[in-house]
Amino acid sequence: MSSEFGVLAFLAPLPVLIPLLAAAITLIFGRRPRLQSLVTLIALTAVVAVCAALLYLADRDGTTAVQVGGWDTPIGITLVVDRLSAVMLLVSSIVLLVVSVYGAGQNIRDGDERQPTSIYRPTYLVLTAGVSTTFLAGDLFNLFVGFEILLGASFVLLTVGATAERVRAGVAYVMVSMLSSLIFLVGIALAYAVTGTLNLAQLALRIGEAPEGVRNAVYAVLLVAFGIKAAIFPLSNWLPDSYPTAPAPVTAVFAGLLTKVGVYAIIRTHALFFPDQGFDTLLLVAGLLTMLVGIFGAIAQSDIRRLLSFTLVSHIGYMLFGIGLASEAGLGGAVYYVAHHILVQTALFLVVGLIERQAGSVSLRRLGGLAGASPLLGLLFLIPALNLGGIPPFSGFIGKVALLQAGAADGGWLAWVLVAGAVVTSLLTLYVVALVWSKAFWRPRSEAPEGHLAMARPANLVEETTDVLYDERTDPGRMPALMVAATTALVLVGFALTVLAGPILGIADRAAAELDNPGVYVSAVLGDDQEAYR
Amino acid sequence: MTANLTLLIIVGVLVACGVYLILERSVTKMLLGMILFGNAVNLLILTVGGPAGNPPLRNAEAADTDMADPLAQAMVLTAIVITMGLTAFVLALAYRARMLTTTDDVPDDPEDADVAGRREREDPED
Repeated sequence: MSSEFGVLAFLAPLPVLIPLLAAAITLIFGRRPRLQSLVTLIALTAVVAVCAALLYLADRDGTTAVQVGGWDTPIGITLVVDRLSAVMLLVSSIVLLVVSVYGAGQNIRDGDERQPTSIYRPTYLVLTAGVSTTFLAGDLFNLFVGFEILLGASFVLLTVGATAERVRAGVAYVMVSMLSSLIFLVGIALAYAVTGTLNLAQLALRIGEAPEGVRNAVYAVLLVAFGIKAAIFPLSNWLPDSYPTAPAPVTAVFAGLLTKVGVYAIIRTHALFFPDQGFDTLLLVAGLLTMLVGIFGAIAQSDIRRLLSFTLVSHIGYMLFGIGLASEAGLGGAVYYVAHHILVQTALFLVVGLIERQAGSVSLRRLGGLAGASPLLGLLFLIPALNLGGIPPFSGFIGKVALLQAGAADGGWLAWVLVAGAVVTSLLTLYVVALVWSKAFWRPRSEAPEGHLAMARPANLVEETTDVLYDERTDPGRMPALMVAATTALVLVGFALTVLAGPILGIADRAAAELDNPGVYVSAVLGDDQEAYR
Repeated sequence: MTANLTLLIIVGVLVACGVYLILERSVTKMLLGMILFGNAVNLLILTVGGPAGNPPLRNAEAADTDMADPLAQAMVLTAIVITMGLTAFVLALAYRARMLTTTDDVPDDPEDADVAGRREREDPED
């Protein structure tokens, strides 16, 4: 026990520490973009390695708690590594690494001089630290701090360059996020009032003794706060409004990770607060509406980035479906689906960035003939797109089957309605990606209503570009090799989720078994003598 | 534990005013609303931490009853710092928005209006 425990205690804080230190270093070298890129890549590679080790250890030894600074549980800051957090850490760190390579490729091609990279890289690393903090937090307030770190960083990344469009989107995004944080804080205050602690394990012990109404009230407030972050239907309208304006790599990271952080928080609190059955019904209904409203919104869009933002909202519904079933199989499916969706959604947004370079536009009113212009781009789009739609060999299919099986096993009429809704959403997703395929990739560009227009030069971090005639553009936007390589890598990682579906589903199921039994988490943090903490 | 009703009513009033202001279109008013809401939540956390009157830190011999809850105060401090940083950022955004558009209002999403008006545009007969 002792030596192994030592390894994990050493490793657990690193996903937060490494990016923060690297952020400081990159800030010092603000005037040397190449060095900044190098530091970022090294740091993020190290984080991926650490997270892989954490996943291995967590899967072998089960849930482990680390008391930072050696202070005991209710006083000190607790970091908890279990299978769920380790899976989330590994997937998110891979995505962050790949996207930073993609961003570096973009900058090398376009030159860094006119781009605000001196701010971009440190903020990106701080975002990484925030995401890691959230996944490792064993304390409700620490979870809040993690949220704030990543939100603060995301505000800067979303408004980088501060053009009029980004400021408009940024104000809306900042206001909605701040409001959700304040609601979260209200939830924290209520939880503290009820239990006198914020340590998640101790909270789980004590909240069981609170009256049911009080427990539900606390959970409802937290659910609203996390629901805004996760973009669940009635609280989701901010997302398609703000994400598409950011630079391509930023949108990709946001789409992949930030909503999933909210989903993670919902899974975590759902497992530890064991709320009333009514909340499961609520989650299922919200999940159904999120799926359908999201995908119908996507059908109407003509900007591919907005279209994908709507599919992003829509597929959050699948995860809610799994959580709302409140069974081990449902949670397992949800965990696998989260991992799948992070990878595939990020890959799609990276492909959109490539489309923007190749064709000088992301509007379906302008695009056309991409499959002929670049077959590689067609392939890179088609694989994650079919994956998102849930076509058999890919991970989307496996995740959806896992969820549908869990729904069928539940057997209630609402579960069956959701099964039907999930199938319909899957088909409509397929319709949406087929729409993009037939318009952007298949038809000749001359048939597009505004096909003769394109952006004068490719947009980088700062989007200051005017429209010119398609034939006149100065840079036909050949895709930089590093950007293509990064996108390909992510598509391949997504494919690995199919090839290794057995082991990964196994980890997801074991994570769900842990979540289904909060006693595991509680005794990992508090030890066996729990009476002292009641 | 007894709760201080006056403070709780103040929290309610602050939240109500904050929400009212957040529903405005002007960035500065939204920000003021956000600050009011934030202060309301801070007050709520303090109220939750127990009655006023005692210092949060005493010497080692002091009984627990002689001390105010230090955790609540620490949380409020953290929350204040975070809110202040974000407030500064929003102020910078508001300033930038005014530089670019010469108004303080948040406009609707143009792409949204574009999508909504597409049917009208492409199918004018109906």
